[in-house]
Parts: sequence; structure tokens; C-alpha cells
Amino acid sequence: MSKRIEVRDLDVYYGTFRAVEGVTLTIEPRTVTAFIGPSGCGKSTFIRTLNRMHEVIPGARVDGEVLIDGNNLYGPGVDPVLVRRQVGMVFQRPNPFPTMSIRENVLAGVRLNNTRMPKQEADELVEKSLMGANLWNEVKDRLDKPGSGLSGGQQQRLCIARTIAVSPEVILMDEPCSALDPISTLAIEDLIEELKTEYTIVIVTHNMQQASRVSDKTAFFNIEGTGKPGKLIEYDDTTTIFSNPSVKATEDYVSGKFG
Amino acid sequence: MTAAPARIAAKKRLGDTLFSGAALAAGTLILVVLAAVAIFLVAQSIPAFLVDPAEIKGSPDSFWSYVGPLVFGTVWAAALALIIAVPIALGISLFISHYAPRRLAQGLGYTIDLLAAVPSVVYGLWGAGVLAPAIQPFYAWLVDNAGWFPLFTPPVSGTGRTILTVAIVLAVMILPIITALCREVFLQTPKLHEEAALALGATRWEMIRMAVLPFGRPGIISAVMLGLGRALGETMAVAMVLSPAVIISFVLTSSQNPTTIPANIALNYPEAHGIGVNVLIATGLILFVITFAVNSVARWAVSLRKEFSGAN
Ligand SMILES: Nc1ncnc2c1ncn2[C@@H]1O[C@H](COP(=O)(O)OP(=O)(O)OP(=O)(O)O)[C@@H](O)[C@H]1O
Ligand SMILES: [Mg+2]
Repeated sequence: MSKRIEVRDLDVYYGTFRAVEGVTLTIEPRTVTAFIGPSGCGKSTFIRTLNRMHEVIPGARVDGEVLIDGNNLYGPGVDPVLVRRQVGMVFQRPNPFPTMSIRENVLAGVRLNNTRMPKQEADELVEKSLMGANLWNEVKDRLDKPGSGLSGGQQQRLCIARTIAVSPEVILMDEPCSALDPISTLAIEDLIEELKTEYTIVIVTHNMQQASRVSDKTAFFNIEGTGKPGKLIEYDDTTTIFSNPSVKATEDYVSGKFG
Repeated sequence: MTAAPARIAAKKRLGDTLFSGAALAAGTLILVVLAAVAIFLVAQSIPAFLVDPAEIKGSPDSFWSYVGPLVFGTVWAAALALIIAVPIALGISLFISHYAPRRLAQGLGYTIDLLAAVPSVVYGLWGAGVLAPAIQPFYAWLVDNAGWFPLFTPPVSGTGRTILTVAIVLAVMILPIITALCREVFLQTPKLHEEAALALGATRWEMIRMAVLPFGRPGIISAVMLGLGRALGETMAVAMVLSPAVIISFVLTSSQNPTTIPANIALNYPEAHGIGVNVLIATGLILFVITFAVNSVARWAVSLRKEFSGAN
């Protein structure tokens, strides 16, 4: 249930502004890949091209190929809706649906495909997904309460539960811990470690320790100046990036000398 | 820690004091106006409740059998107008907020706002002079082909000036206000929630059902209530289109139509005198009560799922 992602010479645009240029990389199944780099270098922009969320913004478009197990996401006739069901996404700010209960939140994505799910099956899925997101024990007594009544960290795990409930092949996370306290952050990092056995995970983070703790591979993006496109500078095993990078800019960035 | 700590009084700033005073005054003013209207209505209505029914226009059995058909007509016309207007208003506002290209959306938005400013006499003229004759053949066709259906029982009205025509005119009148408010509400949907739905693999319509409509529910209800208020209280458009009868009938296409309280007041007020005025004012009081009741129900419906409103 996890797939290889190959990106080939991808340029990403907002209208006429080229935000990211010439990215080529391959992400292996069942790995965690971290994207790091200074603010504005296009990490969020790039990660959103992996499930075609980029084009939701008016005027935004993409040039190049993204292949998931050999199928080009941007090929003719590919339905972005189906892509997004395969490639789940967790956002920087926790965004459970405020008008839904915890239970409904978990089932939100599943209901899209299968409206007539029997209650018992739905119950099992809710429990399994919340277990998978390490949230079950905290919410099992209040599944019918609004999802927005949880703490920020719990909300983020609820969003993860909602994402894994539809059994995607890949999970994208854009700074999933940036709004969370250290304990919740650790809980989510542990979770990523567990999810990795089943899913291919891509995570954007500004936290160097986090990148080195959770990821197998790290991609460093950089930008020459404002108005210039972001570029992939170096992509390698996380240990290599943090101990022995081959590009000077990477070394400066991970050691905190700039950015 | 025995004595409760003294509360630290917040420092009074001039701006705060002024503003809270102004807000309090405004809030009080609206209550005073409302109370004044209510007191006037009640005081002027009392004679109508006590009067010998023979003195009321048309000599009904009692005041209540006089006001009954009017209440029915008012509620029926407004309900029909809502049934017609709300789905269309929701459709237009969703189109403007989520489907139309920017340019088109802006143009449509202006047009809608403009429609809201057209005085109701104009709608009345249009309803009586244009819509009624134009739609009469359709009513005739309906009655011929669907006369077995209780809403279209024959005979058909020869002029097209029926309660359904009134409802259509009212629907056109309340469409802009409902649309304009719903559009604002839909545009307020947080991007965050829309993207959450899309990222789960929702189509545009599924995203709207998942994120936009539930989030906008309280706003939609308020918008509909404002529209309903306008429909219930509309005077000229109804008075100009309908030739009223004293009747309680659901039939949409007949020449025997119940009229509404405001239209009835407008038609009869000029020649009313003495107790007749009190009777008309009493019907106004009843309308006041109906409006109040409808609004309370709407408030209650909004509060029903308060914890799920997303306000927290
Ligand atoms: N909706 C948008 N429209 C136009 N330009 C945008 C939009 N979103 C981002 N950009 C631009 O694209 C570039 C990359 O932004 P992006 O958000 O991908 O950076 P990032 O690496 O995620 O930064 P951060 O670490 O601060 O989240 C920036 O120059 C930004 O101004
Ligand atoms: Mg970002």
C-alpha cells in the first residue's frame, strides 16, 4: 500500500511567477522524506504538487512529470480527485471540520467513496484510524463531540486519523508540528515512525532535529533571492545531509550558519 | 489565602467608556422602539377583540374568522415565495462564490445588489402588468392537465392574478437579499476547511457539501429569515397583483385567492374609520406575533448545533 514517487524536471508556477524550478527526485516506498530549506523557498508549493493540491489556487500550474508507481499524475485524463484519494495530506494548521463530530471527521473522506457504510464497519474504521493516529484513548468517550473542541495537538492527530482512514498510498505533511507543543510534537513523530511501515511519507519541517529524527532521506531546497525560483539543492540520506553534505549551502543551512 | 483577593479594577479609558456607552444606548434604543410599537399595536387592537363582529367589514362570525384567511394568505404566500426563492438564491450565491470566474462573479454580484434596491411598487407593476398575463396560459395548461392535483383544482383564473403569481413576485423581490447575504457567508468559508475537503478527494460539489454549506448554515438561516420577513411584510406588490377574496384555499391557480395582512391593511386603510381602524391594527398585531414566532424558531434552529458552529 505504498508507492514510489518519481518527480521529473518539475517547474511550479503561480500565474507567471515561477516559484520552484527543475526539481527531479525519487522517493522510495515506505520511507520518510523530509523537505528542509529557508522560508519562501517553495517547500509547501512543491509538496502540494504531489497530490495536485497546487492547482486549487487560481492561476497556479505545473510543468513536468510526477509519477506514482509509473503513472504520471499530470497525464491527460487523470482526475485530480482520484489522485487526492491516493495521496493524503496533513496541513500546517490543524483543520478538522468544525461542523462535524470527531467520529464524522474521521469518516469524512470515507463517506465520499462509500456513503452506505454499515454502522459496525464504520465504528471499526473509526477505532482503527484513531488508534493509528494515537488518539483513540483520549477521545473514545466523546466521539460525538465536535472535533474543534480538542487541543491543537489532538486536532492534528485527528486530521492524521482522517487522512489514514481512506487508506492512501502516500501521506504528505506540511509542517504538521509547527503549531504544537513539544509533547504533541513527539507524539506525532512517534506516529510518523509507525506509519512509515505502511505508507510513504513526505514531511516539510523547519526543525532540523525533527528532520534528523524522523526521516530517512532529506531534500534541501534553497532560493537565491526574492523573486527567484526555489531549487532542489541536495537530496541524500538524512545522515549524509546532516553530517557530510556535498554542497556548501546545505552544510551552512543545517549547521545554522544562515537562513 | 483566606481573604478573597480584591479584584483589580481595570483602568477606565475614555475611548472604552464612550464606546460602551454608545453601544448600550444603541441596544437600548432598539428595545425602546420595539416596545413602543408593541404597546401601540396592543393598545389600539384591544377594541377590535371586544367589538361586535357584525361591525367588522364583511360581517364575519368573529374577529378570528376575519383574520384567519388573512393569516393563512400571508403565511401561504410567504412560504411559497421561500420555496421558490431559497433554492435559486443558494444556487446563484454558490455559483458566484465558488464556480464563476472572477469577472463574471463580480458583475453578477453588482446586479444582484442592484435588484435589492428596486422599490416594491415596480415589482408590483411588473407582476400585475407583465407576469400575470404572460403566465396565465401556463396556469390554464396546468389546470387542464393536472387539475386532479389539489393545488391546481379548476376553474383557472382568467387574469393570472393568483396567489402563485404573487409568490413568484415575492420570490423575485427577496431573491437579491438572500443571495447577497449567502454569497458573503459562502465567501467566508475558511480556505483551510475547503482545502481539507479537497485533499480528502472531494469533488467541488462534495467540498461545498462538506465544508461550505455546514459552515454557512447559521448565515443561511439568517438570510432566509430576512427574506421571509420581507415577504411577510410586503404590501404593495401583493396589493397590486391580487384581487382578494375571503377564503382559505391552497389552490394556486384560481381566481379566488386569500390575500395577506399587509395588503389587506393597505387596501382598506384609506376608507377605514372608527372601529375599522382598530381591526386593521389588530391584524397588524397578529402579523407582528407571527414574525416574532418565526424568528424565534429560526434562532432556536441556529442554536441547536451551536457547539458545531465552528465559532470556537
Ligand atoms: N498563493 C500564492 N500565490 C502566489 N505566490 C505564492 C503563493 N503561495 C506562495 N507563493 C510564493 O511562492 C514562493 C514559495 O512559497 P512557499 O509557501 O512554497 O514557501 P515555503 O518554502 O513553504 O515557505 P515556509 O517555510 O515559510 O512555509 C514564495 O515566494 C511565495 O511568495
Ligand atoms: Mg510552507
